[in-house]
Parts: sequence; C-alpha cells; structure tokens
Amino acid sequence: MPEFHAVIRELPALLQAHLLISGCAVLIAIAIGLPLAIWAADNARIRGPLLAVIGLFQTIPGLALLALFYPMLLLLDSVTPLAIPALGFAPALLALSVYALLPIVRNGVAAIRGIDPALVEAANGLGMTRGQRLRLVELPLGAPVILAGIRTATVWTIGTATLATTIGQPSLGNLIFSGLQTEDWQRVLIGCAASACLAIIADGLLALLESGLARRSALRVRIGIGLIAAGLAVALTPMSGAAGGQRMVVIGAKNFSEQYILAAALQSRLEAAGFRTERRDDLGSAIAYRALAAGDIDAYVDYSGTLWTNVLGRRDIPPAPRMLAELTATLARRDHVKLLGALGFENAYAFAMRRSRAEALGIRSLDDLATAAPRLRFASDLEFLNRPEWKSVEDHYDLRFLEQRSYSPTFMYRAIAGGSADVLSAFSSDGRIASLDLVTLSDPRGALPSYQAVLLLSPRAARDRRLVAALSPLVGAVSIERMRRANLMVDRDVDKKTPQEAARWLLPKAVEPQKQIARKGQ
Amino acid sequence: MTVPDKIALSGVKKLRSGQLALNGVTLSIVAGSFVAIVGRSGSGKTTLLKTINGLVMPDEGWIRLDGMDIRGRPPTELRRRIGYVFQEVGLFPHMTVAENIWLVPGLLGTPNTQRDDRIAELLTLVALSPDLAARYPRALSGGQAQRVGFARALAARPAVMLMDEPFGALDPVTRDELGRAYRTLHDQLGLTSLLVTHDMAEALLLADRVILLDAGQVRADITPAEMMADTDNSAVRAMIEIPRKQAERLIALQRQA
Repeated sequence: MPEFHAVIRELPALLQAHLLISGCAVLIAIAIGLPLAIWAADNARIRGPLLAVIGLFQTIPGLALLALFYPMLLLLDSVTPLAIPALGFAPALLALSVYALLPIVRNGVAAIRGIDPALVEAANGLGMTRGQRLRLVELPLGAPVILAGIRTATVWTIGTATLATTIGQPSLGNLIFSGLQTEDWQRVLIGCAASACLAIIADGLLALLESGLARRSALRVRIGIGLIAAGLAVALTPMSGAAGGQRMVVIGAKNFSEQYILAAALQSRLEAAGFRTERRDDLGSAIAYRALAAGDIDAYVDYSGTLWTNVLGRRDIPPAPRMLAELTATLARRDHVKLLGALGFENAYAFAMRRSRAEALGIRSLDDLATAAPRLRFASDLEFLNRPEWKSVEDHYDLRFLEQRSYSPTFMYRAIAGGSADVLSAFSSDGRIASLDLVTLSDPRGALPSYQAVLLLSPRAARDRRLVAALSPLVGAVSIERMRRANLMVDRDVDKKTPQEAARWLLPKAVEPQKQIARKGQ
Repeated sequence: MTVPDKIALSGVKKLRSGQLALNGVTLSIVAGSFVAIVGRSGSGKTTLLKTINGLVMPDEGWIRLDGMDIRGRPPTELRRRIGYVFQEVGLFPHMTVAENIWLVPGLLGTPNTQRDDRIAELLTLVALSPDLAARYPRALSGGQAQRVGFARALAARPAVMLMDEPFGALDPVTRDELGRAYRTLHDQLGLTSLLVTHDMAEALLLADRVILLDAGQVRADITPAEMMADTDNSAVRAMIEIPRKQAERLIALQRQA
C-alpha cells in the first residue's frame, strides 16, 4: 500500500495551488461579471444576447473549455509580442473565470433589476447620478443576491479547478487523476475530500458574509471578509522551497502510470545532477508536444508513432529505424525540439484478448480477428477510436465489431477481465498484459506503426549541456520487460507502489551500462 | 413689474407610447403659490410634474425655473434643489431615518457638523420625535414614513416642492392631518408647492389654485372658490360633482340626526 503520509505531504502544496487558482478565477469573474451585470441591467437590448453567450460557455464541458484555451493562448503568444504562457496557470485561470461568470452576471442582473421601482424613482427624484444610485442604493440592496451568485460561482470553481491538472496547472485534481490512473483510491478520496472541504469552507464564509449583509451586521461582514482575506493570503504565501533563483526544469507526463514512472525517473536523474524540477502531469496527448515546443515544459517521454501521425501528420508507416531518424530530423528542424533518443521499449497499440478466448476462437492475428469481429465486443481507450491508427487498422483489415465502447484505461482492463468486452486496444508495455494472461494479436499487414518510447527536450533544454548529459544515460536503458514490471507495480491492486518507488526500482540497474558509455563520451 | 414667475412652462408636449401625454401645456406659477394639479388617471398630471424636475424630458416646448431654462444644467443638480415626494415614499430600507433625511444635503456636500441638529429640526418640523432618527424605515407606520419622506424632501431647503399623490396611500385621518400640516409648512417656509392628486376635496381644501388637466391639456386654471362657482365648464363640473354631492348628502344626514 502506498504510504498515506506521502499523500499528506503532497496535500498542502496542492491545496494552496488549488485555492490560488480558484480564488483568482472568482476574483477575475467578479471584476468582469459585475460591470457586465450592471451594463446588462440597464440595457435591455444587450441583456438577452449577453446572458445567452455566457450561458453557452457554461454548456461547454469543463475539460473541453480548459483544453480550448491552450491553442487560443498559443495563438495569442504568436501574434502578440507578449510572452504568454500557454500551459498551466494562465489558461486554467482564464477558463475557470469564464466558467464562473454565469452565476455572477445572472445574479447581478437579477439583483439590480429586482430593486423596488419606487426606490429607483426616489433615487432619481432626489438627484442621484447613475453612479451614486448604483453605489448608495442598488449595490447595497442587491448585495445579498449578488453574493449568492458569487457563492455559487465559488463552489463551482473549486470543483472545476480539479480539471486544471489536465492542462498542467497543479491542483487537487493531481491526486484525483493520478489516483484514478493508478487505482490508488486513497489518493482519489483524499483529493475529492480536500476539494469538497475547501468548497464547503469557502461557501460557509461567503454565507456568513451574505447573512451579515442581509442583516446589516457589521460584525459578521467583518469576520467574513477577514477570514476570506486570510484564506487568499495563505494561497499567496510562497511555500518554503518553492521560491528560489534557479529556474525549474519542468517535466511533463501524460495521464497514465508509465508516464508518471518515467517522469519520476527523469526528475530523479535531474535532481541528482543538481537541477530543481517541477511536474506537469496528466497532459492531454495533443497538448503535451505543443507545450514542449512552446517551452512550457522542458522534457517528457512520448512515443514515435504518436508523434509521427499526430505531430507530423503522416499516414505512411515506415519501419521503426527510419521513422525515428525522420522524426529526429524533422522535429529539430521544424520546432527545435530535440529527440534525445529511444528509451529501449515500445508502447505500441496492440489488440489484445484473453488467452482462453483467443484460443477458443482460433484468433492469432488481426486477419483472424477481422473474420470473428462481428460477434465480438471491442473496448478501446478514450482516444483510440479517433486516432489515425484506428483508421489504418480499419482500412487494412476491414474490422467491424458487434459493439465498440471507450473506457479510461483502468476500466478498459476491468471490462475485459469481467467479460463485458472480448478485445481491447492494449499498450504493449502494459503490465496487465502478463498479469491478466492476455495475448496480443500480430499485425501481418503492418497497419500499426511502431511506438518506441522517445525522450523529447524543449528547445531551451536541448541547449543545456548539463541537462542533456544528465538525461542521456536513459537512452536505450529501459527494456520492455522492466517497463512492464514497473507498470504492474503501480497498476496492480495488491502491494501497490507509488510511481516514485517504481521509478527508483526501474532506474539504478537501468542506467548502469549507460553510465559507462556516458563517461566514455565525456 | 409684477412678481416674476417661479416656474414657467410654454408649449410643453410629451409623446408617450404613441399618445400625447402632454399636449401643449403653458403655465406660469408665481413664488409662494400652492397649486393642485387634478384630472383623471392618464390625464398627464404626473408627467407634467416630472417635467419640472427633469425626470421627464419634453419633446417640445420649454420649462424655466427662476427664469432659467432647466436644460441649462445637469438634471441631477436641478433635482437636488427641488423637493420631491411621492405616493410610494421610497425610503431606502438599508438606511436609517437620519441617513435617509441627510441624503440630499450629503450629495450637495453639506458639512456633517450640521447634520444631527438639522435632522432633529426637520423631524420636529414634520411632527415626529427626534428619537426616530436612528430607526430603520421598516419600524415606521405609513404616516410616519411619509412624514420622513417630507423631511427628506425639505432637508436641503428647496424653494419648490413637487408632490405626486403624497397622501394617496394613507388612511383618511392621517391624510387630513398630514395635508393640513404640510399646508402650514408651506406658508411657514414660503414654499412654492405643486401637488398632484386625484382627490378633488384635498385639492380644493389645500391649494390656492387648481389646474385641471384632461388628455394632456389644461382645461381649467382657477381658484378653488371659482371652481365651485363655475358651472359652465363641463370638465370642471364633472370633477366637482362627486365631492359636492357627497358633501350635500353628509350635511343632509347631519340634519336628520
């Protein structure tokens, strides 16, 4: 069982990051939303369209909204002279602020339009200007309704902020996402509970402020504001060790165990060489490479086939060595990204079945599978069916399954173990292939490209000789058997290890032979 | 030269939702007069009143206050110099009686040193205890609230008072009491008062001059006594008929008793 204390040690920094991003997002939403609400309350013509547009943002799933801000900021960065970071805090902040707008604007409009017309007439009749009427009458009287909107926005934002993890902004979502991937329920529960507690506390404080305003109790208002300010101050206090002169090397990871393990391995290599490191976990496949090219992350492990089809947009499937050579040359030329080398194992897409089922049906290859497919149920991960690799397999083998369903990887394996799926899209380095006694099907027509794990460096990291030297020993040092075992350590249900522990197991022996080569090279 | 007009209107027209709410109103009101504006619902009484403090801007014609066109200065400045009282009172529920009363002096930047004395003076003027100053409007009766409404309107010592059905929501006893109390204040402070009312008896008993509006036009502009005597004007007769008949029946009842 991974140590409870390890999670608790991570918690304060994540709580603080979560509080900071949520607090800033709500403050921005108030700063934008209240003036919008005041404008809309006065102006019937724009009120409808404005609320409709803000409502529309709300219907975009949180995850999609967060992901959409990434390319938008990249574009902004390229067309303006400003250096806008496209990953991490900025896009998460923007997306969450947009999300928080609706309740603030809607309640703001309702609050101002809900003021007794007699009071508006009195305010005008006494000679108040528009601003005085707002300040002396509408805002104080509308405050409870406005604050109720802010409360709703705050609770939503604290909940949605867990998704910020997926675009590289640390939050309590780090615990939830990594816990879900590695089936470490303790992490998931602690992440959820912490986020819920934060939401409840924030809601309680705002409720105190709201009741203070409604009852015109200065004491309640003061206590409420004081505690909220204290919370934000805590969020802004730099954690010990977080600040410092030296630049952080940012290590990226996609959202599965192998990526966490390899990222931890990169981290420990760099830290051993005296670098200070930081992690950006659970990056979407499409985001990770662009983040690297843009310099938002410095190093991560990707797979040759993924880069080939997604980044280079190639449809042909060359042999592995040629693919690697072309990738190395093209990425360096086009994006100044350095492909340091292949780690030594492949994590290719493979079609896998339970051994007993495959033998009973006589299926050994994708050709055999194509014949039996109309009677079989296919479980894929969330992105496979949209990937060119799937198109290629469909084209080469004309696969038509009885049923196709997408799962998150963990649940995909549950589906095949539980018998609710017959075939799945497995990753060849997955430890569960051996542990669940699955067989992978051969690909006689060469429909699936090779997926060698390759270590990528951002343009800036590539220029740092010391960094390159620290990571070079990893090239060619990780065999498929060791990677599968390391993955299984993290993914299995009993005697679970953390990705850091698995990385420690993977590394010492793995880098041994390379160390000598590296020394010789120096 | 005669007394200069305090308020003058000339050819004032106002179109409201396709109809002429005011259709060429020309009036001159001398300082110190108490004018009642009467008429049926929709005759344009309230619109006429609101053109004087700029709450309604006329489409045609002009309005002068002390000989100066009211469009010559910001409407908010104009309104702070004119007292305004209306049926719904409009006391701000989140402010105390004192804060409500001190609103206009506050907007005008009057030093706070005069605040407490002036508030006590105003409350006494409208026959309320100065102890009410710290209360919130929700703790007041309807009559008390409207007295505070008058105190608020008078706080910045305006020369002109505009009143839109100020007694309309009060019970008959309070209405009579407050009406007479205001008339006394009018004389005592030398105000120029315009009172919109649909209660003919109130208009006849309080005002020096009654203006009868019908479809946005002035149909009669006479003293209460002339109004009682004028039987030729059908519009006047229609307005007078009801209170007169009621009075006659009451007198008849009294004789029987």
